Amino acid sequence: MDLNFALENLPKLLRATKLTIELTLLSLLFGIFVGVFFAILRTGKNRMLFFISYYYSYVLRGTPLLVQIFIIYFGLAQLEWVRESFLWVFLKEPYSCAILAFTLNTGAYSSEIFRSAFETINKGIVEAAEGLGLNKINIFFKIKLPIAIRQSLPAYGNEMILMLKGTSLASTVTLLDLTGVAKHIISTTFRPVEVFVVAGGIYLLMTFIIHNFIKFLEKKYNYKKT
Amino acid sequence: MGLLAYGDTGWGDELFFATLMTIAVAAAAIFIGFILAAIFASFKLSKIKILNLIGSFYTTVFRGVPELLVIYLFFFGGSGAVMYVAKVFGYEGYIEVNAFLTGAFSIGIISGAYSTEVFRGAVQSIDKGQFEASEVLGLKKKIYYYKIIIPQMLRLALPNISNVWQITLKDTSLISVTGLVEIMRQSYIAAGFTRDPLFFYSFAAVLYLFLTFLSMRIFNKLEKQYNRGY
Repeated sequence: MDLNFALENLPKLLRATKLTIELTLLSLLFGIFVGVFFAILRTGKNRMLFFISYYYSYVLRGTPLLVQIFIIYFGLAQLEWVRESFLWVFLKEPYSCAILAFTLNTGAYSSEIFRSAFETINKGIVEAAEGLGLNKINIFFKIKLPIAIRQSLPAYGNEMILMLKGTSLASTVTLLDLTGVAKHIISTTFRPVEVFVVAGGIYLLMTFIIHNFIKFLEKKYNYKKT
Repeated sequence: MGLLAYGDTGWGDELFFATLMTIAVAAAAIFIGFILAAIFASFKLSKIKILNLIGSFYTTVFRGVPELLVIYLFFFGGSGAVMYVAKVFGYEGYIEVNAFLTGAFSIGIISGAYSTEVFRGAVQSIDKGQFEASEVLGLKKKIYYYKIIIPQMLRLALPNISNVWQITLKDTSLISVTGLVEIMRQSYIAAGFTRDPLFFYSFAAVLYLFLTFLSMRIFNKLEKQYNRGY
């Protein structure tokens, strides 16, 4: 373990961390919308929509993220109508392909988390809201959603950490995120241990921050049961 | 479907053997993981502070660092480490570590970190009375662990072991970066050769879905079997 070598490469790795953070935050942000959307389909009464949502999450959770990212980046480019459509502006860039794959993936996992959160909402609360004359939109945004968010916080925190680790796959489609740069340094200098310690340390620091952020939110949104 | 023909004209046989390779790597990895988990879970459960610390360090690092980074560490560092050890024993040549072992070990160490938590949780959720009763009966620690605690622990841990297996199975796709010919690598080769990536990557997805579906069925059956008396 050569400390000087590790310190020399620290700035390079820190610069690459910016892309990792960006990918993680954007995918999580879009993923929440995808997740809530499919969770609503899942809890609704329409059989057709239920099955769409069920199989969406089944397929995306049953296959590796690497396959998903390859299908989107390498696979879709093969179709002529994709290349001729307006989507091509996004799908030819590895950056947007990676975000799309991550979003769909985390969307599938979070839809399961949100679904179980919606299902555990006490029926009496919803009935009380209906009795008070609130309309459906208000019941959803003012009552169901806040309770569901609080319920799903611990599981969603895990999903955030999994997504952070998942963004390392962006390096397989030529993006230079933290893992991509780490691999580049390792393969040019053949000093895996130092680079692993520094890059791994940065990842662990980010995991630690997410972990504590979720803990803070849990505390904030926790109500005392009397 | 001509692309999937068995034999020289298609990729059917190659993909079939690649699937077997994926299963073999995943099985080797989860086995290595279980051994590591048995050691580190006992560290985490022990009363000695320093062992607790070592156990926590292991699970924190390998659950918090991306799998790909761990694979690169072993892929680029594996030969070096083995040669270093060989040098101590007086062997001064180049040793290349085989891709299968590199893959199985890197995924195994990650899988072991998840299994450690599963084992620890399962042992902790066993009723305290079981431990006390075994002690009162005068059984040695080794015997009551093997005969009383571990059989009960396995039943409790089974649903979570099923989860770890699914994670491990999917993680093996990352070993393709080291060149080991499993499903992902074979699809990559076929896609490059035929210029039909959409078909081959989608087919790889189907193969993985089939494997996860199959393992789910097997684990459900096992769970039923182990829960007969409850």
